[in-house]
Amino acid sequence: MNRSRPIFASRRENAISPFSDALLNAAFMLLSLACLLPVVLVVVVSVTHNSSLIQNGYSFFPDRLSLIAYKSLFMDYGTIAGAYAVSIGITVLGTAASVLLMALYAYPISRADYPYRKFFTFFLFFTMLFSGGLVSKYIIYTKVLGLTDTYMSLVLPLLILPFNVFIMRTFFQTTIHPALIESSRIDGAGELLIFIRIVLPLSLPVLATMGLFSTINYWNDWFNALLFIRSADKYPLQYLMVRVINDIQFLRENVAVAAQNPQLMENLPNESLQMAMAVVGMGPILIVYPFFQKYFVKGLTVGSIKG
Amino acid sequence: MRETAASAMATATAGTKQRLLKSLKTFWKFKYLTLLLLPPAAVIILNNYLPIFGVFIAFKNINFIDGIWGSPWTGFDNFKFFFQSGSVWRITRNTLAYSLVFMIVNTVLSVAIAIAINELRGRLWPKAYQSFLILPHFLSMVVVSYLVYAFLHPTHGFINSTVLDLFGKDPIFWYTQKEYWPYILTLVNAWKGVGIGAVIYIAAIAGIDPEYYEAAVIDGATKWQQTIHITLPTIQPIIIIFTILSMGSVFSADFGLFYQVTLDSGALYPVTDTVDTYVYRVLLRLNDIGMSSAASLIQAVLGFIMVMVTNWTVRRIDDEQALF
Repeated sequence: MNRSRPIFASRRENAISPFSDALLNAAFMLLSLACLLPVVLVVVVSVTHNSSLIQNGYSFFPDRLSLIAYKSLFMDYGTIAGAYAVSIGITVLGTAASVLLMALYAYPISRADYPYRKFFTFFLFFTMLFSGGLVSKYIIYTKVLGLTDTYMSLVLPLLILPFNVFIMRTFFQTTIHPALIESSRIDGAGELLIFIRIVLPLSLPVLATMGLFSTINYWNDWFNALLFIRSADKYPLQYLMVRVINDIQFLRENVAVAAQNPQLMENLPNESLQMAMAVVGMGPILIVYPFFQKYFVKGLTVGSIKG
Repeated sequence: MRETAASAMATATAGTKQRLLKSLKTFWKFKYLTLLLLPPAAVIILNNYLPIFGVFIAFKNINFIDGIWGSPWTGFDNFKFFFQSGSVWRITRNTLAYSLVFMIVNTVLSVAIAIAINELRGRLWPKAYQSFLILPHFLSMVVVSYLVYAFLHPTHGFINSTVLDLFGKDPIFWYTQKEYWPYILTLVNAWKGVGIGAVIYIAAIAGIDPEYYEAAVIDGATKWQQTIHITLPTIQPIIIIFTILSMGSVFSADFGLFYQVTLDSGALYPVTDTVDTYVYRVLLRLNDIGMSSAASLIQAVLGFIMVMVTNWTVRRIDDEQALF
């Protein structure tokens, strides 16, 4: 039997008792809360007034609220806006390039008639088994390719993800019928044309899903910035957050310059400022989350079970 | 005789020539497809194969006056220094132990969640639960380090200021007390990974033909027996594939987890220093290319051996389920 969506247990004869069901539901509600509450805590702390923080520490139910952390962050929007710009730029550029390149690789190896298919599949698969290690990669990037402190060093590492290429390949294999390609060839179309005009339009679902995976990958990446970026104006948002949690002074110094308000500086709360930083960092993902999570799950399951 | 030999050679040469011609023809026939492959292949070479080639750095004593090519070869000296440095046991033990524990804990929990979710009677709630459970996966480890910080901050943290206060206990200085961190890290790793790990199992289990279960019920099987004999065998191939792939990274650890979430606190190193954090520190703080490249190479080689051995072992048990 073939199912495209999960059918849950109520239709089974051996469904569990309502009591067990209630228990399980309660357990899952707790688990779901466990996943949500840390996020909620951070958001609440970011809007908690300093005095309440000092008196009671971080809590879900603060005595006093205050938006001062956000006010300060946005007064010096220079640093944050800059980091946002870098992150958005890298993510958009990287995702577009990544999806295109992965499709360019996945398509030929999905074609049964392509003679070098096994070779190139192995060529890619091998990289999942063995890597040169961090040091080798670091030396190559910095000394051989000269990519220190460049945006390229943030885009290049994440361009091709073998696992995702294989998901794409499986999609092409199962969705693009060889007869379609054959008939296009008879009509005189070249390979490139077939790829652009026929294969790509038919593959929009998998391209969109891979785009989603890549977007999240690029947006959340901080490691490459840690390794390669030296100038503060090239910091992506996540790396800015790394600097801030380790050194709250880093942000204070920047905010102070813009604010030029010594009184503000005295009352500037380190803790809620850091939490506000966290909210700023995870905000975008949380906002689009309800929309994309469904597609993410679909993409994972459709591609992986067969692959 | 000579004639036959000569003609044999002629045929052979003609044969080789024909084969060469044929492969050239094939290449030409598919030139466009190959063309499509070239840009991504170039990226793969840059990202993956150049570094593989670059492991020879571990056998040199790189100084930047001579550059990579001119620096002297030192054989296994770097490896000697690495093994004598005193950190080897600690980082190897930590990395291996965490990898194995994480693998077991996360697999068990993911499978358990997948089975349980498929038993729920509702239609909408299970989907909602799944959405919540996979949320942590989308937060970067940096964000997670902030979340943990909100709980474990020595003075204001939720645990110290609220929970411990409730029980009348003294605050704990989490970031300097190493005994708690194996549990904390396992918990954070599970929190982040179990939900998304369950997704594939959930889909696989949902696809099992209900007739199997009905037949089992007729035969008088209990829920537990059904799980063991129907559900688990179905997802066994998936578990095995993931396990084989994970074994390849058993000598590496999630850098973000051990570096960011711990705030790189030195007091915790005995339980949080892993091969990856060690390599990073030695490379970028101490600028010692030699030792870090030796450690890095060992890690890669061991990982590769692990995958091959695990795959071979699985193949010995059940040929179908091996990865390759």
